[in-house]
Amino acid sequence: MAHSTPASAGTPAALDTFPALLLAHASARGSRPAMREKDLGIWQTLTWSQVADHVRLAANGLAALGIGPGMHVAVIGENRPRLYMAMMAAQCLGAIPVPLYQDAVAQEMVYVLQDAEVGVAVVEDQEQVDKMLEVRGQCPALRHVVYDDPRGLRHYADPMLRSYEQLEEAGREHAQRHPGFFDAAVAAVQPHDPAAMFYTSGTTGKPKGVVLTHHALIDRARAVAEMEKLTDREDVLAYLPPAWIGQNMFSYTQLLVSGFTVNHPESPDTVAIDMRDIGPTYYFAPPRVLEGLLTHVMIRMEDAGYLKRKLFHACMNLARRVGARILDGKSVGAWDRLRYALGNVLVYGPLRNALGMSRVRVAYTAGEAIGPDLFVFYRSIGINLKQLYGSTETSVFVCVQPDGQVRDDTVGPPVAGVDIRVAGNGEILVKSPGLFKEYYRNPQATAEARSEDGWFHTGDAGYLDTDGQLKIIDRAKDVGKLADGSLFAPKYIENKLKFFPHIKEAVAFGAGRDRVCAFINIDLEAVGNWAERRGLPYAGYTDLAGKDEVYQLIGECVEKVNADLAADPKLSASQVSRFLILHKELDPDDDELTRTRKVRRAFIAQKYGVLVEALFSDRPTQFIETEVKFEDGRVGKISADLKIRSARTFPAITARAA
Amino acid sequence: MSHTDRDQRIGDVMLDMQNISLSFGGVKALTDISFNVREHEIRAIIGPNGAGKSSMLNVINGVYTPQQGTIEFQGRRFSRMNPRRAAEMGIARTFQNLALFKGMSVLDNIMTGRNLRMKCGLFAQALRLGPAEREEIRHREFVENIIDFLEIQAHRKTPVGRLPYGLQKRVDLGRALAMEPRLLLLDEPMAGMNIEEKQDMSRFILDVNDEFGTTIVLIEHDMGVVMDISDRVVVLDYGKKIGDGTPGEVRTNEDVIRAYLGVEGSAAPANDAVAQAGGARDGASPVSASTTTR
Repeated sequence: MAHSTPASAGTPAALDTFPALLLAHASARGSRPAMREKDLGIWQTLTWSQVADHVRLAANGLAALGIGPGMHVAVIGENRPRLYMAMMAAQCLGAIPVPLYQDAVAQEMVYVLQDAEVGVAVVEDQEQVDKMLEVRGQCPALRHVVYDDPRGLRHYADPMLRSYEQLEEAGREHAQRHPGFFDAAVAAVQPHDPAAMFYTSGTTGKPKGVVLTHHALIDRARAVAEMEKLTDREDVLAYLPPAWIGQNMFSYTQLLVSGFTVNHPESPDTVAIDMRDIGPTYYFAPPRVLEGLLTHVMIRMEDAGYLKRKLFHACMNLARRVGARILDGKSVGAWDRLRYALGNVLVYGPLRNALGMSRVRVAYTAGEAIGPDLFVFYRSIGINLKQLYGSTETSVFVCVQPDGQVRDDTVGPPVAGVDIRVAGNGEILVKSPGLFKEYYRNPQATAEARSEDGWFHTGDAGYLDTDGQLKIIDRAKDVGKLADGSLFAPKYIENKLKFFPHIKEAVAFGAGRDRVCAFINIDLEAVGNWAERRGLPYAGYTDLAGKDEVYQLIGECVEKVNADLAADPKLSASQVSRFLILHKELDPDDDELTRTRKVRRAFIAQKYGVLVEALFSDRPTQFIETEVKFEDGRVGKISADLKIRSARTFPAITARAA
Repeated sequence: MSHTDRDQRIGDVMLDMQNISLSFGGVKALTDISFNVREHEIRAIIGPNGAGKSSMLNVINGVYTPQQGTIEFQGRRFSRMNPRRAAEMGIARTFQNLALFKGMSVLDNIMTGRNLRMKCGLFAQALRLGPAEREEIRHREFVENIIDFLEIQAHRKTPVGRLPYGLQKRVDLGRALAMEPRLLLLDEPMAGMNIEEKQDMSRFILDVNDEFGTTIVLIEHDMGVVMDISDRVVVLDYGKKIGDGTPGEVRTNEDVIRAYLGVEGSAAPANDAVAQAGGARDGASPVSASTTTR
């Protein structure tokens, strides 16, 4: 049996398409679990040979519905085994699965369905079926909708609908009539054919369909599998939208490359419970999920008894000091090691268990910048959390932090096979076997994103640090230069400020100026709490924001950021020299933030022009009157005399110990 | 689902209440009330506070014995029900003030609804003998289907007392469903809920009716909900029946408007008066029609 063979070592290079991988797993580890799903409270397992059988039927069924090579099949829903098998089935036919975000409203799906000329959609349930029926008039190409969960669909008589069982039944008949069809179809799939198409969310303009080939996806998954020594014994929990390349890479591409087991939660609400059931060994979470888990733990700890709380905090202090070092295999004194081992029995172990992370061997976070405290928390309790960098166009893996070289402010060195170059404007360029084939039917955008010699323009600004790790600082279009020509990355500074719980929003200015100044929004809840514990009375946000004590508090935060920046060879000139605390909270209703709470820097600079000028002059206060929209639509005015404070800056530390 | 669809599903008379009168000492709770419930329909009983709605429900499932009148359920006539017989004949109910075991998990609470259908003795169950274990597995599967149906998987093992009120109501419904009832009595299923919870509950009631074909009799204060989901409505006031018919008919019934507004019907702007009055009395706004019809 091939059970004990690590998948990464034993796979011959010829297995370069998804269908070939599926069939190889079915013969090499046919009785191993490929997918599990919790149904009626019990984990149900599908083995690799069962999956291959189902895929064979579904592929025949799709063929009976007229799907052939090069056509697109939309897949819409949560992580569900049948939707995964539908993707495999489409790939077996040389067709291209297009996963869509399940929570998008029907009209948002119209563009994708039209652009990709989707003929068949495989969807999860009634909710998605209703969307398809709503948009069918706008999408003439859409002929068939296959649904997984029949609940609530009993009275739907539309001929375009069929259940997944009916699809497999049609497949069974098709297979009988054309016995050699499936194997011939699989054999015709070539590694450089498109394997999947993902639509980028498109913050500007229409979404673009990113076409990725079998070769690109599989090559990247294989590179990381080798680096992390992934075997077919890994367990993964698939809980993020499958239309997101990150989830798709982890629970679909890597599933087929490494042959491990992917677990599908019972419902989106039960993820925490399912995570404890399964105990994944390979885990992926964006920072907001990790933050949510940590908050949950902290709230529970606040409710615990005095002794337990004391013990917890004592252990966490020790962990913060030595935990991450132990994980990295660095030298730690015997006494600390002993105490850490005791803490492991009393606190860290049970905590990992409560988080469902007892068995996690490799965990990744990506998607946005992660706060150092948050990152260090997980590492200090012994969870091997690492950062990575990538995007849809690069088949995710561009950089991954290897074990023992993990830092909170970088995303790691390039993965094997990837070349990275930093352009003159600070933009990161990537050359990798995992690069996308093209933007679907958009040669102009393709040419803009990828130069003729094959470098992909990521749109992110950053640089390779002294130890070869990539550091992302901002979106390239937001990066500017100070008057003396040194790099100015506003979002990088703002993120650093926002990692402090007392600071809710920050806006940094400095492009073309001789120094950097910042607006700060305090977090009313956190600072309010802080003020209450000090017996500091306040009337509301504006009052609290103007207090000298609060300025003192925020000033300390700013100085910590400055100290941090001073240690950075490229960004030491970006230390915040003066700041003010805004008299009102930045609000999407006033157009100061986007609906996803991103700062609209240019608009703010214009709206608060007088304040910006005051920051860059030497004035100690500035009067401002601002119009605000209340939630009920009324308009009012807030005026205040804002104090402006200087913050201590530090001389740049140029020589740095490696 | 369109209304014509539903009208086709509604069958023969399943429960016929004939000339029911009930009094407690000198207090007349119900006076000579007759109405019937048809198979597969959703039947609402409405009325101001103290109109006798809950008493009516208690007569149906045998908690109270009426002094006069007969009950005909599925072709069998009774002058009195008792709760045990009602349960055995397939009548289940939920309670206005919840009657769950707070310290027990959601799963166990719903399991209690299977009580009547468990055949193995205490001894066999305690020792987990073969037949008892098989039976337990069968019942557990049924209960898991209900948990899935009501979308409370995440709370399966949570003690009911720790759940928010809206979810407790859902568990109460789940326990009633575990009895596989032919007739389900819901006593104010949406009392004390916020709008979102009401919408959820309305959807579950319609789904139960649709998926399992269960006949439902419900008492509800929120007129918006009643008018949205019921097929027919009985209106009680001071223990007397003052109206009976489709939501549209009841809404325009002069007596009903008078009972709800306490003024002469002609003085009230006819049509939506009932809906507004019902809502106002509970301090809750009616759920808008579009949210609960599908």
